[in-house]
Amino acid sequence: MKTRLSAGLLAAALLAAGCGGGGDNTGGGDTGGGQQPAKVGLITKTETNPFFVKMKEGAEKASKAEGMELMTAAGKFDGDNAAQITAIENMVAAGVKGILITPSDTKAIVPAIKKARDTGTLVIALDTPTDPQDATDALFATDNFKAGELIGQYAKAAMAGKPAKIATLDLAPGITVGQLRHDGFLKGYGIAEGDPSIVCSQDTRGDQAKGQTAMENCLQKAPDINVVYTINEPAALGAYTALKAKGREKDVLIVSVDGGCTGVKAVQAGQIAATSQQYPIRMAEMGVKAVSDFAKTGKKVSGYTDTGVTLITDKALDGVNAKDTAFGLANCWG
Amino acid sequence: MPVLDATLPRRILSTPTAGPLAALVLACVFFSLQSDQFLTGGNFSLIIQQVMVVGTLAIGQTLIILTAGIDLSNGAIMAFGGIVMTKLAVDHGMPPLLAIAAGLAVCAGFGLINGLLVMKISLPPFIVTLGMLNVAFALTHIYSQDQTVTDLPPAMTFLGQTFTVGGTNVTYGSLLTILLFLLFAYLLGQTAWGRHVYALGNSPEVARLTGIRTGRLIVGVYTLAGLVYGIAALLLVSRTGVGDPQAGQTDNLDSITAVVLGGTSLFGGRGTMLGTLIGALIVGVFRNGLQLMGVPSIYQTLITGILVILAVTVDQLSRRRNR
Repeated sequence: MKTRLSAGLLAAALLAAGCGGGGDNTGGGDTGGGQQPAKVGLITKTETNPFFVKMKEGAEKASKAEGMELMTAAGKFDGDNAAQITAIENMVAAGVKGILITPSDTKAIVPAIKKARDTGTLVIALDTPTDPQDATDALFATDNFKAGELIGQYAKAAMAGKPAKIATLDLAPGITVGQLRHDGFLKGYGIAEGDPSIVCSQDTRGDQAKGQTAMENCLQKAPDINVVYTINEPAALGAYTALKAKGREKDVLIVSVDGGCTGVKAVQAGQIAATSQQYPIRMAEMGVKAVSDFAKTGKKVSGYTDTGVTLITDKALDGVNAKDTAFGLANCWG
Repeated sequence: MPVLDATLPRRILSTPTAGPLAALVLACVFFSLQSDQFLTGGNFSLIIQQVMVVGTLAIGQTLIILTAGIDLSNGAIMAFGGIVMTKLAVDHGMPPLLAIAAGLAVCAGFGLINGLLVMKISLPPFIVTLGMLNVAFALTHIYSQDQTVTDLPPAMTFLGQTFTVGGTNVTYGSLLTILLFLLFAYLLGQTAWGRHVYALGNSPEVARLTGIRTGRLIVGVYTLAGLVYGIAALLLVSRTGVGDPQAGQTDNLDSITAVVLGGTSLFGGRGTMLGTLIGALIVGVFRNGLQLMGVPSIYQTLITGILVILAVTVDQLSRRRNR
C-alpha cells in the first residue's frame, strides 16, 4: 500500500517538473522590470489547425513588441464550448486586461463572455463573430461573405458562359462562417440558393478526408460536375483527390477560401484554380495592439474591423481583381 | 502505545484516497507558490464550478466501473438530456421543472437500456456504451438540428446562480455536486446496496452465490448512473446558460480520467466516491493552475495523460502485492 502514496508524491513531483518546463516555453516569466506586464489572453478553437497556430504566433510576436504577457488556451475539438468557457474564467482569474477569442460555438459562448466583460475585461472576437455580434466589444475578422463572393465571381468568369454543374462542399449546418462563404459564392456567381445548376451540397466540417468522401458522393450523384466550391483548402484538396481518382481533375474548376501555405501551393500547382486568402496573423496582431492600448489608455475598441481578403490565382481573368501565388506565398500562413 | 504509533501511519497509507489526496495537496502547494492568484476562495470556487459537470458524470462512471463495467456514452447521454430539457422548455413552452424532469427521465432511460443490454444479452459494457455513444450523439444532432438553444427560463439556470460564503461566491451547482458525492459515498460505503456493488465488481460468481440478485443490481446501477448524467446535463445547462448540441464530446474519457486518478480500479470492486471527487479536482486544479502560470492548455493534456498512466500503474502494482 505504500506504493500508492509514494507514487502520488512522484506524480506531483513529475508534474511540478513538467510545469516548470512548460513555463519556460511561453517566456511568460519575463517580469524583470519593476512593473508587472499587462496580460492578454488568446483563446482559439483548437491548437492543431495551422490557422490558429499562425494566429498564436502573431499574438506572441505582437505581445512581445507591446511588452505584454500572453496567455493562450484552446478547445480539444472544434465546437468545444466548455473548454473555452473554462479558459475565459481562468484568464479573468489571472487578471488579463483583454481576451481575444475565436468562438467555437457562436451562441453558447455568449453568457461566459458577458461575465468576463462585466469584470471590465475587454473581449474581442477574432475570425468568427459571436451571435449576436455585439456580445463582444469588437470583431476583427475576414469579411467571409466577400471571400465567397470573390471566388464566385472568379468561377463565373472562368466558366465564360458555359453551363455549370456546381458542387458546394460546405462547413456544417448552423455555423455562420460557412453560411456566409456559401452565400457569398452564390452571389458572386450570380445565382440564388436552390438554383438548378447546384447539383450537390455536402458538409465537410472543413476536413480533408470528409471533403474527399463528400466529393466522391457528389460525383456518384452527378458525374458531370464541373465547378466545385469548397469551404476551405483541406476540403478542396480532398475534392481534388476524389476527382483525380475519376480522372476528372483537369476539367473541373475548384475554388476555395483560406490562403494557407499548403493551399496557395495547391493553387500554384493548378490543383485549386483560385482561393480567397485571409490573414490570421493580422487579426491577432491587431487584437493584441487593441488590448495594449486599452491597458495604457483605458479606451476600448468597438465594432467590426475587416482584416482583409485577397483573391489568389495564377490564371488571372479579365474583370476579376487578383494577385498571383508569389504574393500568396509571401503572405500565407501555416 | 508503540503499537498504536506504528499502526496509525499505516492506516493512513492504506486509505485508498491517500495517494490521490497527496497529489492534489502537492499540486495546490506548487501552484500557490507559482501564482499569487491561485490560493483564493474565489479561485477554488471557480475550480469546483469547472469540474462539476465532469465530476457528476464521474459519479455515474464510478458506480459502473466498480461493477467492472465502463461507460463511454455518458457525455453523449448528457448532451442529449441537455438538449431535451432546453428544447422542451424553450421551443415547446413546457414548464421548466417538467422539462427538466423529462430530461432526467430520458437520461435514466438511456442508462436503463445500457443496463438491460449488458445484463440480458451479456454484451460487454464497452461495446454497448460505444454503440449508445453514437446513438445519443446522433439523436442530439437530429433533435437539435445542430442549433444551440438559447434564452432559457431562469429556473433552468438557477444552479449557475451564486450565494456568498465568507466573501466567496459559490454556485448552487457546486453545492449540489458536493452533496451528490457525499450521498453516493454514503450509499457505497454504508449500505447493503453499496456492499453488493463492490461484491459484484470483485467477483460476479461469488456475488451470485451469496444470494445477490446480480442482474437486477447491474440494471439498477446503469439506470442510476443515467439519472446522474441527467443531473450533469442540468448542471451543464445552468453553467453555460444554453442547450449545446456540441457538448460533452470528450467528457466520457474525462470522467474515466477522474475515476482512475481517484484510485478506482478499472477491474472493478475497488475504489471510492471521494477518490473520484479528488480525481476530478486534480484535473481542475492543474488546468486552472497552469493557466494562471501562463502555460498553454496542451501541457495540461500532456500532464493529465502522464497522471493517468501513473495512477493505473499504481493500481496494478498494489494489486499484484495484495495477491
